[in-house]
Amino acid sequence: MKASKFKRFMSQGNVGKLMWSVLALALLLVFNALFTPVIFNMKIMDGHLFGSLIDILNRATPVMLMGIGMTLVIATGGIDISVGSVSAVSGSFTTVLLVVYGLPLAYCIVVGLAVATFLGFWNGFLVARVGVQPIVATLIMLALARGIATLFAGGQTILFSNRAYEFIANGFLFGLPFPITIVAVVFVGTALLTRKTALGLFVESVGCNPVASRYSGINVRSIKWAVYVFTAFCAGMAGLINTSNIKVADVTRSGEGLELDAILAVVIGGTSLDGGKFSLAGTIIGALVMQTLTTTILTRGMPVEFTRVIKALVVVLIILIQSESFRKRMRNLVWRKAHEVAS
Amino acid sequence: MPEADPILSMRRISKSFPGVHALDKVDFALQRGEVRALMGENGAGKSTLIKVMTGVEERDEGRIFLDGREIDPHSPHEAQELGISTVYQEVNLIPTLTVAENIFLGRQPTSMGSLDWKKMNSSAVAALDRLNLELNVKRLLSDYSLAVQQMVAIARAVDVSAKMLILDEPTSSLSVEEVEQLFAVMRMLKAEGLGIVFVTHFLDQVFDISDTITVLRGGQLVGNFVTASTTRVQLIATMMGKELKELERGPARVASPDAPGAESLIEIKGLARKGSIEPFDLRLNKGEVLGLAGLLGAGRTEIANLLFGIDKAEQGNVSIEGEETNISSPRKAIAEGFALCPEDRKSAGIIGDLSIRENIFLALQASKGWFRLISRKTQQEIAERYITMLSISTPDADKKIKELSGGNQQKAIVARWLALHPRFLILDEPTRGIDVGAKMEIQNLILSLSREGISILFISSELSEVVRCSQRVAVLRDHVKIGEMSGDQIDESAIMHYIAEGAR
Ligand SMILES: Nc1ncnc2c1ncn2[C@@H]1O[C@H](COP(=O)(O)OP(=O)(O)OP(=O)(O)O)[C@@H](O)[C@H]1O
Ligand SMILES: [Mg+2]
Repeated sequence: MKASKFKRFMSQGNVGKLMWSVLALALLLVFNALFTPVIFNMKIMDGHLFGSLIDILNRATPVMLMGIGMTLVIATGGIDISVGSVSAVSGSFTTVLLVVYGLPLAYCIVVGLAVATFLGFWNGFLVARVGVQPIVATLIMLALARGIATLFAGGQTILFSNRAYEFIANGFLFGLPFPITIVAVVFVGTALLTRKTALGLFVESVGCNPVASRYSGINVRSIKWAVYVFTAFCAGMAGLINTSNIKVADVTRSGEGLELDAILAVVIGGTSLDGGKFSLAGTIIGALVMQTLTTTILTRGMPVEFTRVIKALVVVLIILIQSESFRKRMRNLVWRKAHEVAS
Repeated sequence: MPEADPILSMRRISKSFPGVHALDKVDFALQRGEVRALMGENGAGKSTLIKVMTGVEERDEGRIFLDGREIDPHSPHEAQELGISTVYQEVNLIPTLTVAENIFLGRQPTSMGSLDWKKMNSSAVAALDRLNLELNVKRLLSDYSLAVQQMVAIARAVDVSAKMLILDEPTSSLSVEEVEQLFAVMRMLKAEGLGIVFVTHFLDQVFDISDTITVLRGGQLVGNFVTASTTRVQLIATMMGKELKELERGPARVASPDAPGAESLIEIKGLARKGSIEPFDLRLNKGEVLGLAGLLGAGRTEIANLLFGIDKAEQGNVSIEGEETNISSPRKAIAEGFALCPEDRKSAGIIGDLSIRENIFLALQASKGWFRLISRKTQQEIAERYITMLSISTPDADKKIKELSGGNQQKAIVARWLALHPRFLILDEPTRGIDVGAKMEIQNLILSLSREGISILFISSELSEVVRCSQRVAVLRDHVKIGEMSGDQIDESAIMHYIAEGAR
């Protein structure tokens, strides 16, 4: 009975998958403990915590933010591949308004986030209202947003020096890098919004069966629309962190490729690309897995070019292990082999 | 039972899922040239037995022999190669492919390495011809009705040179004529020496086609019968483990329809939509059960969809309590106190990955809006109430709905709409795939709801149900409402005549 209860627990899609991603993260850390123990070094300076682990956490924040939004998009059965470009837009607008037009920072940030959010509004319009396929709609945005970011900055890379702006990525709060606080707030807020109201249920319902959801009186269009808006907002915040971090609005490269990391974080976190049940906590762990991988590769002194290949391999492995049917097939294979040997 | 040379025999098959013993040491045998009905209540384990036979599910214990040799199929494909062809309860065809492609999916004929379209299409025509079915095989499957899709699934299965054929509730969405067609095919295959396993909840069909009957209850084998020497009462008693009399005591039809003082709830004038239903008038009083009768594709579901705002009417109007109302979406319909339990459970009903609890309170939650989440405690209470009321067989309310047996899924969807406490309830084939006992319960429920003042539009292909529950019946033919019958006029043969010949 106990065993079957455990089996039930594990087979509850998300919980089970979450376990696997936690396991993957743990394995990565153990690997590091054995081969690159420096990664665990930590020290406190001026009441601030420093060390590779904190670094991993900190560097993962942009992907975490994008991932939180992406989780909801994917749960509705969609996908948003424009988040990287959209994040460049908020960076570009905020920086240009600050440096070139000399406007107050708060104003610049609000505008930057608003413009990014609006791009999400447009994505949502195309997907939910016009019925364009999510990957097509956001592919258009992937190109468009990058263009907007570059145009607004006049094709320039813009340096800035502003203590408050730099604080976003480089400041400390509660002894921890400030972005961690941002992520914590967004994470808790999103979790409350989805789980303490019916939004989470509706999102899962829409992703699992949009037709039946409509029959049940759920406003399928609004739900789909809203998740794209929210994701773009998250991407906007990620853009601010990215820009603040290097003190440069590098509009052509900022956020490039991050959409892949965000999507992978979601998938590793146990949310299926088919839509339906989602796990925000899983995505956070997924983002940590991605970043730990990157950091591991770098600290082991491997050439950067390897990063992507190794990432790809590890991700494929994790996703295979998560897949129930794959595990079943492997079990069968092993079982049969054992039989053959026995007979 | 004489066990002379069975095609298939299964010994002590067990299979459990978390919290359920779906099969408990079940023995099963099938002879050459035999049609064996597999019967039992919803959740008795019929589909699971079939899935174990065909390698969809792995058994926990037990052995399977085909033609005397032990087999161990791990996938339906393997089973099919061994000669076990199957049509599963949930049709798994691909609507966006053509009919021919669906028939040959995974085993397309090729010539010189590339797909031989000509051959595939002509073989598909031949396969359908065997079922006396004439379709344009180059059209998309989704262009055809659910019933036709079901026939295509059967064509796909019987097309293969098979030793035995398994049909899991193939007739639940077929019309009388289509069932006859199917039976003709089954008799032909039987004469060729095939063994056939046939799952259904229709007793008439069991006595019509089967030679032998195996009954499961709660995952256990409770009886093997020779059909010719078995009575219905005996069969039902074995399935339910109790006498039928307890059930039939349900109340009869409620008051006469045009009782003085009957208040009208809904008045429909000239509602129409091209290609789905010609202009029709319809009135529904409070607390009235109005049956819709007609052949499949006559326009019954179309009426339901128009009233619920799923399809938009092109002309005509609907007034509720005398006020003209424009219902342009299911959301608006629900806000007006409407509910529609849809015909197609799989595509329009269940949200597979969500739990039974979530599926049941979903529409109620949607009607309350996203902000005020129904408390977990209330959710649980609602779910448990309906699980008991409709005797949904499940270990708990948190099981994913897609893990329920077909009939229990249907009950959970009915529960979703009852939980809304609507004033107007549209039930489109609510008893599809539901066992004899539960069917009675749902009919009784319809009657008691109507006594509480709820108006019900009742669509069912089973005329006996319509007759038992409805105070008035609107008859449809070829997308036209051809008339109404009420009170004592309503009986099965009269309705059938009406459908066939129109008013006299
Ligand atoms: N994948 C699954 N996971 C968990 N439980 C399952 C699964 N499939 C079936 N069950 C359970 O096994 C039991 C038997 O189900 P089964 O589908 O065999 O019933 P059935 O006799 O075919 O009923 P119906 O007449 O409703 O189709 C049910 O209690 C069901 O909930
Ligand atoms: Mg079944």
